[in-house]
Amino acid sequence: MTPQGQFRAALLDPDLPVPSGLTGPAGRPARRRFDIYRNNVTASLTEALRQSFPVVRALVGEEFFIALAIAHLRAYPPASPLLMFYGQDMPAFLESFPAARALGYLPDVARLELALRQSYHAADADALDPDRLRALAPETFLAARLRLAPAVRLLRSDWPVLSIWRANMRGAAPPRDRTAEDILITRTEFDPEPQLLPPGAASFLTALIGGATVGTALDHAGAFDLTATLSLLLADGAITDLITD
Amino acid sequence: MLDATSRARLPARPGVGYKPQHFADILADAGPVAWLEIHAENYMGDGGRPLAQLRHLAERFPISVHGVGLSIGGEGPLDPDHLARLKHLCGWLDPASFSEHLAWSTHEGAFLNDLLPLPYTEATLARVAAHVAQVQDRIGRRMLLENPSTYLDFTESEMGEIDFLAEIARRTGCGLLLDVNNVFVSCTNRQTDPAGYIDRFPHDRVGEIHLGGHDAGRDDAGAALLIDSHGREVADPVWHLYEQTVRLGGARPTLIEWDNDVPGWATLAAEAGRAARILDPAAA
Repeated sequence: MTPQGQFRAALLDPDLPVPSGLTGPAGRPARRRFDIYRNNVTASLTEALRQSFPVVRALVGEEFFIALAIAHLRAYPPASPLLMFYGQDMPAFLESFPAARALGYLPDVARLELALRQSYHAADADALDPDRLRALAPETFLAARLRLAPAVRLLRSDWPVLSIWRANMRGAAPPRDRTAEDILITRTEFDPEPQLLPPGAASFLTALIGGATVGTALDHAGAFDLTATLSLLLADGAITDLITD
Repeated sequence: MLDATSRARLPARPGVGYKPQHFADILADAGPVAWLEIHAENYMGDGGRPLAQLRHLAERFPISVHGVGLSIGGEGPLDPDHLARLKHLCGWLDPASFSEHLAWSTHEGAFLNDLLPLPYTEATLARVAAHVAQVQDRIGRRMLLENPSTYLDFTESEMGEIDFLAEIARRTGCGLLLDVNNVFVSCTNRQTDPAGYIDRFPHDRVGEIHLGGHDAGRDDAGAALLIDSHGREVADPVWHLYEQTVRLGGARPTLIEWDNDVPGWATLAAEAGRAARILDPAAA
């Protein structure tokens, strides 16, 4: 192993000895000195995860979250210096973390928190003027493709994940039943907002995001409230362009 | 030649590390603060509030871009994606200065989020100099390289930190960022004389000075061990070293760094005011 490889391994594993060749003044041992680096790495990455996952943290408690974060950062150190996006592996990690398995909804809560973070940093875009959509003849509308804003995210969960998020972030009542929820994240200016999608609308949106025409997307979806879905998209500036061939 | 495209230079006055919670205060009354420094990595998203605030501030203040993630002291090659992001940021923002650290933080794709130390040898000198040259070439401007705060030494080191930094500056043409708190922290931790370090530093290369707070602890032998925490006021011995620095090297753009337990704007502005009085006693 190279010297920095040895240094890195020992930073992330407190059971490993201090790398050779390190020294304090007058040749004295450097164990506590090396521990400063160990502590900096662990504390700063734990803090990055604390910031990214406030609801996961609230659900499992501070003490458990720190143990979870340390296990996570040792298994998955950041793959880039852009710490605002650190934690992409958290949902998969939660699925495999035995002590968290009893809380089956945690991975999807983590996915929602990651999606909100991505939306916050996504590119800005001007909203489509709703009149352009209203002016279309029905057949032109069906043949059109809708471009959604870069900050839009869609999340489908088997759990009432938005209700759980709202209970923790907005003081709403916690969900009583295990109902599946489809969530749309939009960003009107700078603050992403997650909203509940009408039942069935997610299939339609998935097809639209995949580049399908409105007509094809409708074919993919079952029965759902198209008017309510389009109003929601237009109100929050989620549609940025309309492409008619 | 490398500086030709930049609009502005940092003024030889105080600046502070920008924190979003101070946005409104800064626009209302920046006080003695004449410029702002940002951590490059926090402004590498595609859009949203961080970039909107930065565009707004850049219309009013000279901006210094300070990287914390390039890993210039790393064994491996520089991350081409990260270099591209830096080039993009420096391209649209056209900052008054770009600086990075004599340290490493990434190894084989894992970013460790700390400024890790390296031995000072002919081999590491050649590697760091090549990386600095590559950065300057890629982003098309001269950079400043910052002296680190360190907690330990390497038995294989062959030269002192000042000789190492001066030689990199000589080989690459880069400037130096003199972090006076780092000097105090590292010299205390190495049990060497910080005033002697300031005396011997090549001040003609210095384009910017950093001041920040540190915490105090003890090593295995009970000796003082200072930690560069950026979580409090600049300590009095560091202010004294700063006075010595300004006496020797003249007034330079001086940053107050406060990254943890960030205080209200008034406290930060007061620290900047203290630096202003040292930079220009006549104006105080």
